[in-house]
Amino acid sequence: MIKNFKPAVAAAAVSLAMLSQTAAAADQYFPIPSYRVGAYGANGQAFYGGFIDYLNYVNLKEKGVNGVQMTWEECETEYNNAKGIECYERLKGKAKDSAGPIHTMSTGISYALIDKSAQDKLPLAMMGYGRTDAVDGSVFPYAFPLVTTYQMQASAIVKFIKEKVGGNLAGKKIVYLYHDSAYGKEAIIAMEAEASLNKFSLVQIPVAHPGNEQNAQWLRIRQEKPDYVVFWGWGVMNQTALKSAQKVGFPREKMIGSWWTGSEEDVIPAGDAAKGFMAATWNVAGKQVPVIADIEKVVYGANKGNLQDKAKIGTVLYNRGVSAAVLSVEAIRKGQEKYGKGKALNGEQMRWALENLNITDARLKQIGATDLLPEIKTSCDNHEGSGKVKIQQWDGAKWVPVSGWIEGNKGLIHPLFQASAKQYAKEKGITPRDCSKEK
Amino acid sequence: MLYREAGQFKTSYAADQQLFPIRQDRIGLVLLLAVAFFGIPLFASEYWFSAILIPFLIFALAALGLNILTGYAGQLSLGTAAFMAVGAYAAYNFQLRVEGMPILVSFICAGLTAAGVGILFGLPSLRIKGFYLAVATLAAQFFIVWCLTKFPWLSNNSSSGVISAHNINILGYAFDTPRDKYLLVLAIVALMALAAKNMVRSSTGRAWMAVRDMDVAASVIGIRLMHTKLLAFAVSSFYCGVAGALYAYCYLGSVEPDGFSLDMSFRILFMVIVGGVGSILGSFLGAGFILLLPIFLDITLPFVADLFGLPFSSATVSHIQIMVFGALIMFFLIVEPHGLARLWQIAKEKLRLWPFPH
Repeated sequence: MIKNFKPAVAAAAVSLAMLSQTAAAADQYFPIPSYRVGAYGANGQAFYGGFIDYLNYVNLKEKGVNGVQMTWEECETEYNNAKGIECYERLKGKAKDSAGPIHTMSTGISYALIDKSAQDKLPLAMMGYGRTDAVDGSVFPYAFPLVTTYQMQASAIVKFIKEKVGGNLAGKKIVYLYHDSAYGKEAIIAMEAEASLNKFSLVQIPVAHPGNEQNAQWLRIRQEKPDYVVFWGWGVMNQTALKSAQKVGFPREKMIGSWWTGSEEDVIPAGDAAKGFMAATWNVAGKQVPVIADIEKVVYGANKGNLQDKAKIGTVLYNRGVSAAVLSVEAIRKGQEKYGKGKALNGEQMRWALENLNITDARLKQIGATDLLPEIKTSCDNHEGSGKVKIQQWDGAKWVPVSGWIEGNKGLIHPLFQASAKQYAKEKGITPRDCSKEK
Repeated sequence: MLYREAGQFKTSYAADQQLFPIRQDRIGLVLLLAVAFFGIPLFASEYWFSAILIPFLIFALAALGLNILTGYAGQLSLGTAAFMAVGAYAAYNFQLRVEGMPILVSFICAGLTAAGVGILFGLPSLRIKGFYLAVATLAAQFFIVWCLTKFPWLSNNSSSGVISAHNINILGYAFDTPRDKYLLVLAIVALMALAAKNMVRSSTGRAWMAVRDMDVAASVIGIRLMHTKLLAFAVSSFYCGVAGALYAYCYLGSVEPDGFSLDMSFRILFMVIVGGVGSILGSFLGAGFILLLPIFLDITLPFVADLFGLPFSSATVSHIQIMVFGALIMFFLIVEPHGLARLWQIAKEKLRLWPFPH
């Protein structure tokens, strides 16, 4: 027994020694709590595959940002909150001098890290998930729900429907069919606000997890005869809804889903029941985006690709990973302008950079990401920076964009965030920063 | 040689019946507590506090709660995580809605609330036993999580049902660093473990064990079944409730109802089974094994892979970790079905005779 124990102790000692190492100062280090196994492993593979491929792409193509190479370390979270914290604590030791934004791709983990990351001065990015009232950067200096949030998305979808029905929603009926969980409930507040503003009637119908049985809900929808169904589904619930809609004869062209219903994995299993279904997205799928094609050529050409299954390149989630990396790298560029070119940024500097992002369409075109994601301009009181989504439609074989970038009703939704952030600040005893004094 | 009782004479009943009758055990325990309270805070890093020690102590407390119910009173329960959820949300609401509520009182109230809910879901145990009771407690698991998502008042109308723990402040001292939180959790867990150890030796504990071993016989000798079983549910849920409150306030900082899933209940049940059913020490050993071994494998596997030049990605490491972990659980259950606590007991017996076995 004792004999067997010795190597284990030695290994533990060495691994502890490894923990205390920090990345070399000249490299920009990304702590990546990722997931590639478990129930949502397939999603994580595509997202983090895209993320790492782009970092590699920057290293290969431009030799890093002004000579600063991107380095990273992954830690498997399995989409589990406790494991996520363990990973965060493990990776954070190396992120003292040099830290890229942390992308957890999990609402649960990002909620758990919000306080910790602010204490440790490490920026936490939550792109399209996580705590949405962190849009108010005066209360949440280190949390960035970049690009857009569930509430702004719901508002943008309503705006899209409004255009479709000719500019007036009064007297119309919209069903909000949602996954009965934190995720599905998140947008209710926005739908209610929109309903009272635009005077349409809103019918809320929850679907219990996992949602593989929806006959009752769809019978109800048939009785209600709504003009549109706004659909907040997740996982197996998505294909089931599409099939059930076909069964009760509800036109899929009148169904608009959130961005977790709009990937290839969601519609292909539903077969032709999915044809015509629309979903919001903040990043466009496909390989026609120049940077995606170039990544395939440069990174996979050099045999440094992260994906084992190359078919995932160009899927919605892969491109989302690339978009997340594009934003992170652009933030590094921005930060280097202020803190010195050719130097790695630490967490505090990274935070400043993320708060002062200004990525225009011209810049997106330069890096070959035209139309991959919307323009973004962040500030202290707006950590979201865009609030725009595109509506895409499934034509039976691929997702086709059917609208330009639509911005949600900021005047209606952002005050909701501010109220919620204020309540949070009060509960936690945080004194909000004065955004007018931030530069 | 070191571990021998020769020369330790018990001259009074008190000495004979004390918690740890062997002197070496007493010294060992005092040393252990001294290291835990004074040694570890000096040397451990933040990673150790927040990723390893705090969750270990909290899960040990939850496992202890389940062990009282399942190990001592023989009532199988699959609702542990749900009772923890009650504790977490109760502590949050007491803290939020009662002005100037001391946090420790909130924790106690959280435990009491969980105890009340536990009694409610323990009622079926008066009629049904074994696997059927497990199914009844499964109902608690689903009902409570549903209830917390359904009624927004419970999460202070948070749109997503997520609650965010308040700052911990006791007598003007803010417990905000991981080390402070660790000491707080350690103190609470140590006190409650001591209480549990005494409880199971008392007439209450003996009644529980009598019910566990044969409830008909127990009622024949005059043990009130209803009272005993419900008390076990109440005490167990109290422990789980406090563990839940600590889980929210000292470990995660923010929790959602879905986080207290059936999966977590099973993990705690496995801790009890691997650690030792009906043993206080077993709860700690089980929590340590189930919680720390995966982390240990996770950290050492890449290093081992490097040593032999194997191309391990983080996903492969995770797969191997799950396989090794599963294999080890099977190994332990085959070699010692009574858990790690029993192994420790056997080791103790051997040590007492060593080096001259009969």
